[in-house]
Amino acid sequence: MKRIFSYLSPYKARIALGLFFKIAGTVAELVLPLIMSYMIDDVVPTGDILALSLWGGGMLLAAVVAFLGNVKANRMASRVARDTTERLRADLFCKTLSLSARQADEVTIPSLVSRLSSDTYNVHNMIGMMQRLGVRAPILLVGGVTLTFIVDPVLALVLLAVVPVITLIVVLVTRRGVSLYTRLQRSADGMVRKVRDDYSGIRVIKALSKGGYESASFRAVNEEVSRCETKANVTMGVTNPLLNAVLNLGMAAVIFIGAYRVADGRAMAGDIIAFTSYFSIILNAVISVGRIFVNMTKGSASARRIDGVLSLPAELAPLPDGAAERDENETIRFEHVSFSYGGAPALEDVSFSLGKGESLGIIGATGSGKSTLIALLLRFYDPSAGRVFLFGKDIRRYGNAELRKKFGVVFQSDFLMAASVRENIDFGRGLSDEAIVRAAEYAHADEFIRAHEGYDGALTARGANFSGGQKQRLLIARALAAEPEILVLDDSSSALDYRTDAALRKSVLTRLRGTSVVMIAQRISSVRFADKILVLEGGRVAGFGSDEELMRTCAVYRNIYASQHGGEGGEHACDQ
Amino acid sequence: MPAISESAMTGDRLAAGKRREVVARLAKYFFSYKWRVLTAFFLMLGSNAFALIGPWLSGLAVDAIALEGGVDFAAVSRCCALMAVFYVVSSAFSYVLSVLMIRLSQNIVRSMRQDVFDKILRLPVSLMDGMQAGDLINRISYDIDTVNASLSNDILQAATSVVTVAGAFVGMALASPVMLCVLLVTVPVAVVITVVRSRTVRPLFRKRSAKLAELNGFSEEMLSGLKTIKAYGEEPTVIEKFCAKNTDAVDAYYASDYYGSLIGPAVNFVNNLGMALISTAGAFLYLYGFVSPGGISSFLLYSRRFSGPINEYANIMGEIQSALAAAERVFRLLDSPEEAADAENAAELTDVRGAVAFEHVRFSYDGETEVIRDLSFSVSPGQTAAIVGPTGAGKTTLVNLMMRFYDPQEGRILLDGAPVGSYTRSSLRAAFTMVLQDTWLFEGTVFENIAYGKEGATRAEVERAAREAHVADFVGMLPAGYDTPVTDGGVNLSKGQRQLITIARAMLSPAKPLILDEATSNVDTRTELLIRDAMARLMRGRTCFVIAHRLTTVRNADLILVVKDGDVIERGTHGELLARGGFYKEIYAAQFE
Repeated sequence: MKRIFSYLSPYKARIALGLFFKIAGTVAELVLPLIMSYMIDDVVPTGDILALSLWGGGMLLAAVVAFLGNVKANRMASRVARDTTERLRADLFCKTLSLSARQADEVTIPSLVSRLSSDTYNVHNMIGMMQRLGVRAPILLVGGVTLTFIVDPVLALVLLAVVPVITLIVVLVTRRGVSLYTRLQRSADGMVRKVRDDYSGIRVIKALSKGGYESASFRAVNEEVSRCETKANVTMGVTNPLLNAVLNLGMAAVIFIGAYRVADGRAMAGDIIAFTSYFSIILNAVISVGRIFVNMTKGSASARRIDGVLSLPAELAPLPDGAAERDENETIRFEHVSFSYGGAPALEDVSFSLGKGESLGIIGATGSGKSTLIALLLRFYDPSAGRVFLFGKDIRRYGNAELRKKFGVVFQSDFLMAASVRENIDFGRGLSDEAIVRAAEYAHADEFIRAHEGYDGALTARGANFSGGQKQRLLIARALAAEPEILVLDDSSSALDYRTDAALRKSVLTRLRGTSVVMIAQRISSVRFADKILVLEGGRVAGFGSDEELMRTCAVYRNIYASQHGGEGGEHACDQ
Repeated sequence: MPAISESAMTGDRLAAGKRREVVARLAKYFFSYKWRVLTAFFLMLGSNAFALIGPWLSGLAVDAIALEGGVDFAAVSRCCALMAVFYVVSSAFSYVLSVLMIRLSQNIVRSMRQDVFDKILRLPVSLMDGMQAGDLINRISYDIDTVNASLSNDILQAATSVVTVAGAFVGMALASPVMLCVLLVTVPVAVVITVVRSRTVRPLFRKRSAKLAELNGFSEEMLSGLKTIKAYGEEPTVIEKFCAKNTDAVDAYYASDYYGSLIGPAVNFVNNLGMALISTAGAFLYLYGFVSPGGISSFLLYSRRFSGPINEYANIMGEIQSALAAAERVFRLLDSPEEAADAENAAELTDVRGAVAFEHVRFSYDGETEVIRDLSFSVSPGQTAAIVGPTGAGKTTLVNLMMRFYDPQEGRILLDGAPVGSYTRSSLRAAFTMVLQDTWLFEGTVFENIAYGKEGATRAEVERAAREAHVADFVGMLPAGYDTPVTDGGVNLSKGQRQLITIARAMLSPAKPLILDEATSNVDTRTELLIRDAMARLMRGRTCFVIAHRLTTVRNADLILVVKDGDVIERGTHGELLARGGFYKEIYAAQFE
């Protein structure tokens, strides 16, 4: 909550001005019954018709002031809410993008999605309402109570006696409400997760005829959300009737005691009428408070969730750029690198280095740590031990943007947007058309792009209107387009047939001379071109060297080779 | 009304018709809980009636105080005691009522959410491919939440308003008919303001929902590409786009607020105007002895009761508008076409033998580019057919057609001699076991993901399948073994491991024709060798379709179809095709280059 208030602080002046208008409007409204009571008690007995008409006109004026003040104030409040939410949401989005991979894994993507959408929405509602009704209602309350003091302090004290009771109710219910709404939002994350999940798995679900199962498992999530929401709302729902009852009881007490004061001649009947009139203002204010109350509670639960993300410490911040100038004689160097995602180690004591202009092939069994190595190279995570160097400089000494600009990457399950082919290849880098087309040609994608709808043809979400192999080639085109210093292809040709794969490799190697290639692959034929091949086995280095060296020295490598070439019949084992 | 143009009139009437339709559909959900609605109605009547007696009693009390001959204490205390009782009962009623309404609206939104989710599952794959996950999430969360807020609060408030207004009206009429006439002057003004304003505001709320949905869709999409965005250092571009959409969204919100926020004060103004009129008139009336001070008191209390709800109504108008806009979006999704219904006499496919035939099939996804031109082939039960060819040649499309994710424009596909269209979709799909290129795991545990293949699979069965598919090899490394949750970031499982899990899933499912679409493309070749025996056992005696480009995996097939540019250009066994020396031989040789 504190952070949300800090977002409001630049608008202090505007809020204050709005508050002023609001107070003016509200006070004008409060003056109305005061005038009325004066008219009945003091003016009427004199029978002065002119005075009566003037006072009537005064009431009219007050009504106009109330109208103008409230409209102006409401609009200013909306503006503050808009500007605050805009900044808060933008900051949350920036922060989300800057989270380290570990942090994002921890909060989970579905939860981030719902924090960005429904939580910021709740806060928007809260800020708007807080100023609009949240100012008006307390003023009406305080004003109403103050006026009752002017009319008759003793009676007002009776009414005031209920204040501690009301405060207690409000505090207790809010405290409970915030935790209930927090739980509700958390259960809503589950719903987001389920929808995202099934959206991407719809083919499998249909193929396995699991519609019924999925529907039932959504029902469980749905019921959980519903249970949380019912509980939260029922708890919050207590406030209004309770406040109503307490206040009305207070009112009955006022009339009862008022009777004695009138009998004693210390009060007049008109006072009691005015009193009841103020009282209904107070009551209406309390009803409004009940409404904002729910919003506030919901909003602060959401604000906490937003704050939870915003206050995550910045991880993977660059170290001060110390000594060690760029060393052109080496590209990548891993020095005793170990890493774990939290369970068993994914990489253990990995060391190797790559000279200038050399390309690297990485091969190894499923789950041997190939992709993890890439994640460390791009500094999505920091190793738990050891260091990674790029061009002779510890990668932690690069700025994140500086580091990543050196790479062109295709991940295993990479991301295509619902946008044009051009935008997907360009990916916001503002590349020239020639560069884009050239990259597509190198990636052997130009042909099918043109056969499809050209570079301005649109991809549907996740690129569903392209085949698996075509998607991979679009991604490769993206990686090539900016002619990066290092091109990382993480098993990104698995959906390509051998011919296309071989042709693609050839064009990458011949056309992009200044680029070092790091390629992860399943097939020896895909990596044997590389100057150095790293063989991973269970997170450890099982071999490092050229194809020729490894064939001589590395059993694991030979083993893999045999599985691909000599496995059956063997007649093609040395087919070149 | 000659001043209003024809088109504006019809446009408005159209919108009004649509709104009525939305309201009617919401009402249908509502009235499926007849008894609760009825109970709620009576509770509301009771609660309001009791609350309305209050001002009447306080009027009596004031009169008893203002008696010429001094205060009638007995009457005052009686009135006060009664007031206390009535208010407490009224509050109790209103709490019970609000609980009832919360439960009622929860039931409604729960079934709406379920409807939306079930609808998503029934959408044709072709339609789903064109949608964004964020859009669906937005509808199932934000839109339905908005409807919910409206159902649980606004409807109750609106209904209460009607009753209170009616009750207060009667009360005022009893207290002072003359003053009522004065007040009534202001009522039409309030009504006109509300109606005119809400008409202006309605399209603004619709826009507000749409813009917000767009923003949420965008952020969902970008967050699913988080890793790539970072790898390319594209945060600034994405943030810039986000900010533009964010500004649009908050501006749309502001616009609806700007006009919406006028309603409350405007109606309040009219009320205050009424109060000024009544007070002045009341003063004159009192002056000439037409009305007692108690009369003025209760009249004023009633008039507050009268104006309060109207004012509230004006406040909740905005919320109702946005709820209607949201409901409209939900209904639009519910109304989108589903997979065409099964043929009327569609049969349940029970004992599938596995004879598959394509007869002159032509297919195109977009109606323009033909993916499959004129494809015919047949596979006998128990045979293994392999489909090979360059990427984009339409291999996966064959699976889409066989499973009826899409239907061909021309030609027929036969299963066991009958067109696939003559079976129910669910039984047709259940008749195949698939391992697809896209390795989909849901966010459950490893155990649950494997067990997904077979209803009621036991631990032992799952573990056996896991051993065969060599999932067991890495499960031991996971923090909680089989009970390790599979997370969406997928950091804890590599793509190859995911694929092995889907293979284990297939191994668990009972013997049926098998479709392997690049089933081992992400598995390293040594592991592939390890699971080869298990795969062979899996394939034995079943009709199998193997789509692969790693040609070593297809050489034992009974029939190899070489697909290129939408046509089968070569067919035969591995030996025959090599001997022919055509395209197959070429791509076979390429893998050893």
